[in-house]
Amino acid sequence: MPPVELLLMLLLIATVIVVARLKDLFAAAMLTGIASLLAAGLFVLMDAVDVAFTEAAVGAGVSTVLFLGALSLTSRREKQERTKILPILIVVATGAALIYGTWDMPAYGDPDAVIHHHLAPELIAETEEKIHIPNIVTAILASFRGYDTFGEVVVIFTAGVGVALLLGGLGLRRRNADGEEES
Amino acid sequence: MYVAGMAAIVVTMFLALARAAIGPTVFDRILAVNMFGTKTVLLIAVAGFLTGRPEWLDLAIVYTLVNFTGTLAVLRFARFGNLARDDRKADQ
Repeated sequence: MPPVELLLMLLLIATVIVVARLKDLFAAAMLTGIASLLAAGLFVLMDAVDVAFTEAAVGAGVSTVLFLGALSLTSRREKQERTKILPILIVVATGAALIYGTWDMPAYGDPDAVIHHHLAPELIAETEEKIHIPNIVTAILASFRGYDTFGEVVVIFTAGVGVALLLGGLGLRRRNADGEEES
Repeated sequence: MYVAGMAAIVVTMFLALARAAIGPTVFDRILAVNMFGTKTVLLIAVAGFLTGRPEWLDLAIVYTLVNFTGTLAVLRFARFGNLARDDRKADQ
């Protein structure tokens, strides 16, 4: 498995470099979709299939369309600008700080990590007999943390409505404009 | 055999990425992204069989649906410039 993950990571880095170099913004939006698909593949190989599916649906599906929607309101080409040093330095410093932060985390798949000893054993032992749902992740998300999940759904719905209103007013604005033209 | 298949898929991913990066037309890039989605589906399916979890095949099928719908949305954008509102104009 590791060679495949290494290759996918190389592909991901190549994709991101190409996105940063491209001046055609439509192509850049397409390539961010590819980057999301690669990230989803990596997540699947790391056994996080639910995260991977969210990444594929949101990153490759919805956000590509949102990028294109934003592009249809602005220009297709990036303005030619000299490469500036300061932003690159800030980005590199932030990335280095984040990577430094990961050093304290337990190794991937480490069975002695704290997260595998805190609540997980009780949940694995008791979920089935308590609420009779065989899939423990589903039981936690939809039953033990049901209100939490409901709140997340409300937040996502609100965000979707907000974006729809920002982008096109759900067709309301156009209808009003037509009415004014006719009258 | 699964390993060989996975290697072939990764090689094809490199080729699709090259096509998406080079272009030159919009439709080259859309097709490359669509193909990349297909490669992701295949990668998940092969990885599922490689690690002895054929349940991932269901997941791969759902990815196919997302990929198809996304490609349709992008194509609509490339053709009409938006998703839903200019149908009447396009028909005329």
